Amino acid sequence: MHVVHSRGDKVFRGIVTAGALTSLVILGLIGSFLFARGAQVFSQYGLKFITGTNWSSSMEEGIPSEFGMGPMLVGTIIVSAIALLFAVPMSIAGALYIEFYATGRVRKMLSGLLDLAAAIPSLIFGLWGIQIFTNFGQRWASFLGNRLGFVPIFNTISDNYGRSPFVAGCVLASMVVPITTSVAREVYSRTPRELIDTCYALGGSKWGAIKTVVLPFGKSGVVGGAMLGLGRALGETVAVYLVLNLNFRYTFRILESEGGNVASLIATRFGESSSEELTALVAAGFVLFLLTLSVNMVASAIVAKTTRS
Amino acid sequence: MSNSSAVLDTPEQAFAGLETRDAHAWFGKHHALSGVSLRFPAKSVTGLIGPSGCGKSTYLRLLNRMHEFIPNSAMAGEVLLHGDDIYGESVDPAAIRLKVGMVFQKPNPFPAMTIRENVISGLKLAHIKIDNEDDLVEKCLNRAGLWKEVKDRLDASGGSLSGGQQQRLCIARSLAVEPEVLLMDEPCSALDPGSTLRIEETIKELAEKITVVIVTHNMQQASRVSDYCAFFLSDGGPGVLVEADQTRKMFTNPTDTRTADYVQGKFG
Ligand SMILES: Nc1ncnc2c1ncn2[C@@H]1O[C@H](COP(=O)(O)OP(=O)(O)OP(=O)(O)O)[C@@H](O)[C@H]1O
Ligand SMILES: [Mg+2]
Repeated sequence: MHVVHSRGDKVFRGIVTAGALTSLVILGLIGSFLFARGAQVFSQYGLKFITGTNWSSSMEEGIPSEFGMGPMLVGTIIVSAIALLFAVPMSIAGALYIEFYATGRVRKMLSGLLDLAAAIPSLIFGLWGIQIFTNFGQRWASFLGNRLGFVPIFNTISDNYGRSPFVAGCVLASMVVPITTSVAREVYSRTPRELIDTCYALGGSKWGAIKTVVLPFGKSGVVGGAMLGLGRALGETVAVYLVLNLNFRYTFRILESEGGNVASLIATRFGESSSEELTALVAAGFVLFLLTLSVNMVASAIVAKTTRS
Repeated sequence: MSNSSAVLDTPEQAFAGLETRDAHAWFGKHHALSGVSLRFPAKSVTGLIGPSGCGKSTYLRLLNRMHEFIPNSAMAGEVLLHGDDIYGESVDPAAIRLKVGMVFQKPNPFPAMTIRENVISGLKLAHIKIDNEDDLVEKCLNRAGLWKEVKDRLDASGGSLSGGQQQRLCIARSLAVEPEVLLMDEPCSALDPGSTLRIEETIKELAEKITVVIVTHNMQQASRVSDYCAFFLSDGGPGVLVEADQTRKMFTNPTDTRTADYVQGKFG
């Protein structure tokens, strides 16, 4: 390759490098700030802060406060799992459609839209998802609850489905779908042409070729894409906070209007917390920070590995 | 339009049932192949030779309708299989590809599959019921000359084989659907000389039962493996078929001087 060292290049290079370094520094500062502020909580509660099930801030002398974020972590996992359950199949279907079935102008338009959507902060889709799913999601939830109520996770006591993990999962799914679809499509487009041709040459159909080579080839890339979407969405869980009805118990009833996750815990309690609880919330923030960061890093590694030609 | 027509002089009973009449191919506006008429002799190996870019691969891909997967491509003329045009309106291209199989240049077993799964993958793709899988796998691997080397590790990944073994696995995979004709586009160009000879042996054995059409750049290979040869050439314009005849005649006493120059290595 021919490299030109013009002044413009150098300036641009400087700006880009500075930008990248700045974001790294900010990331490091956020991490260390959260850790420093929350350190006291970690040393006081140890592992119990992660596994404990009680979160109560005591105002009275003599009664100690207790901070355990266990239910919120479990809630995070449940809501994420529901989101992925919806988002991954939808994303795969969408990516396959654009890559293998759409043609001509439709294909161009859809892939343009998709690229655009993947670049928009997922919060925007979250807000849209709230509009849609507090309504539809509630209907689906009540349908599920009525038909499958005998299955423990679909069991409800209150018949109030609106602010359930199920609906929150739907909202989160709408935040995850654009980027996951975009990554899946990118990965699928890199399936070696000879392998697809081979399927046709053996008398296979398009769907046969997709099943035989495209899906296996793209498997890990799609997993990476879903995690990338999830990592992004976890950081912008305000949308979920607006949906969930915070409740400090381990709950596995996904249709019941109760539950919570780490972000909603922070968002809900932040305004009215004592200084002691504030520290605990910051510590919870640190845990969320680590969680998001590691999901993002693993996802980026998987995506990078599978999209390298 | 230049119209090259070379018909292999074969008695009717030795005709494989596959022929092209005045076949043309385009990539967008680019006319890549012009007026090729050729009848393929049965149970024999026909080599397609000619310099790079003269349309050998394009012609080969016309024979099993793979050409149409290239965006903006087009064709004209007829490709007949037992008298029926394979480009006819009511023809299912997948059914044609079951009868006219293809092996590609680069060995490409399905990476996520074992050796055994690779062999039967074509039947799965075409939804053909398998009666006795073990027998079928053994038979196909045997015909491809690979059985002895892999019979103890059928459940190993196809990618764990050497390049030459992978290519023979690909041949076994093509044979599983029992094609009448097998098309091969430079099947040895990515392989070492030893593997190349093994595959050539396999090809000759295959030709006892089916018709093989093979593209090759290697004149020695063409003379070793083929019974008939077809020489293609493009002088700036679309590729045309210059001459087709028995390989011995093409290499010793061709009709066209351009054929003589090419097989003697004067150009190409
Ligand atoms: N996918 C394609 N799109 C556009 N043009 C193509 C495509 N494939 C081949 N061509 C053109 O068609 C002509 C014939 O190509 P073809 O691949 O059939 O030649 P070939 O004889 O097989 O050459 P080689 O010996 O190098 O494989 C060439 O001019 C080539 O540039
Ligand atoms: Mg070629």
